[in-house]
Amino acid sequence: MSAHERRPQSPDHPDDGHPGGEPRAEALPALAAIAWACRRDLLLAMRSRAELALIVVFFVLVISLFPLGVSPDPTLLERIAPGIAWVAALLASLLSLPRLFALDHADGTLEQLVLAPAALPALVAGKVLAHWLTNGLPLVLLAPMAGVQFGMQPDAIAVLTLGLLLGTPTLSWLGAIGAALTLGTRAGSALLALLVLPLAVPVLIFGAGAAEAVSSGLGAQAHLSLLGAGLIVGWVFGPLVTAAAVRIAYE
Amino acid sequence: MTSIHWFRFSSPASFYPLAGKLAPWFGWAAALFALVGLAIGFFVAPTDYQQGESYRIIFIHVPAAWMAMFTYLVMAGWSAASLIWNTRLSAMMAQALAPTGAMFAFVSLWTGAFWGRPTWGTYWVWDARLTSTLILLFLYLGFIALRAAIDDPRRADKACALLGLVGAVNVPIIYFSVRWWNTLHQGASVSLTSSPKMAQTMLVAMLIMAFAAWFYTIAVALARVRHLILEREAHADWTHRLVEDAR
Repeated sequence: MSAHERRPQSPDHPDDGHPGGEPRAEALPALAAIAWACRRDLLLAMRSRAELALIVVFFVLVISLFPLGVSPDPTLLERIAPGIAWVAALLASLLSLPRLFALDHADGTLEQLVLAPAALPALVAGKVLAHWLTNGLPLVLLAPMAGVQFGMQPDAIAVLTLGLLLGTPTLSWLGAIGAALTLGTRAGSALLALLVLPLAVPVLIFGAGAAEAVSSGLGAQAHLSLLGAGLIVGWVFGPLVTAAAVRIAYE
Repeated sequence: MTSIHWFRFSSPASFYPLAGKLAPWFGWAAALFALVGLAIGFFVAPTDYQQGESYRIIFIHVPAAWMAMFTYLVMAGWSAASLIWNTRLSAMMAQALAPTGAMFAFVSLWTGAFWGRPTWGTYWVWDARLTSTLILLFLYLGFIALRAAIDDPRRADKACALLGLVGAVNVPIIYFSVRWWNTLHQGASVSLTSSPKMAQTMLVAMLIMAFAAWFYTIAVALARVRHLILEREAHADWTHRLVEDAR
């Protein structure tokens, strides 16, 4: 589906696109649109810092539950640490997904973004970038702490952090697609989990596998390369697919 | 000479009677193939020298697993068609296929567990194939759940079509990542690929059962799509006439 297809004439914009009518507003260049949407969402996020902190607390809390639930044995914990960190990151990113579009959907902002004279994929990309900066990046920065908590080796901690840095944007994109598809539906977050988690399996495998490969003496390069490939695919196709999903919500 | 107008049947009104004519044929073919396949599988095929009689579950297990994977592909194909040509019927076909695909994924997992117990000594191992089939089942369930969560049928069509396409792109990635994950963790202690080469009759029975699964899927999908058409086109004149004629 073309991301740039013209929307049907909306009654709110009778002059929009008519050649003989009033001059249309200049279309915003893609990079400016990304920067604008990103700045707006970052500003909104900064206005509700407490909510941001909740995600971080959730991540630390989930990680801290595992030693209590499994065993305080250091060798066991060191082995399962990458998996725990990744599952916790997956759950934390899932928790923050409804904030990505749902609030804008509820107050009508998202509809204005769809109608705005800027490429919707660029606007969506800006929003997802802001979402990652506020929800994904803190988890990446916290990962070393989790690694220390679980007694991981320094090089494994470095690879775990690098893997999260490469992998969490892909999670954000998968989540963005799911969040856009479930806009305004009844089932809410449980449905979102059912849609997103199976698709995130490869990221989980390669991310947790990277740190484990280092611990077991193998190189992590293959895993990290695949995570990087996922990152590129996410940033190339994610905006188009997510924009298409957002449009579907407004048809 | 005029070519056949394939798009004629993309209209629910003209597809409804065609599906009604075809569905019983596929249904009977499925029953016939299943009978023949099971007869060969149970009475003609030799006993496996390693696994004994328990191997005979493959005549259901393997076709079900094939069908589960293939149905997702077909579903994604209909999803793509519905997005490209904006045809309602394509989306209905995708919707009609999803429950059958989920059913086959479940059957292949369930029969696999029953086969694994006597053969591997456990109902479940985190083998690559088992895990990827489980994830496939979740993809089907997500598709069905998304469909059920959206009230507007046209919006549900498009959202599900997009989800189906994203899932189809992801299925091979999931499959290979899971395979790699398992082989990295441990040597393949249990693998279907290292099983002894099967006898000719076993293979024949399995292929016949695979055809039975195909025909069953087609028959059920056609029957289900007829119901979907009636449900979705309840406001149209031709469905009213249909009801009048039936009286």
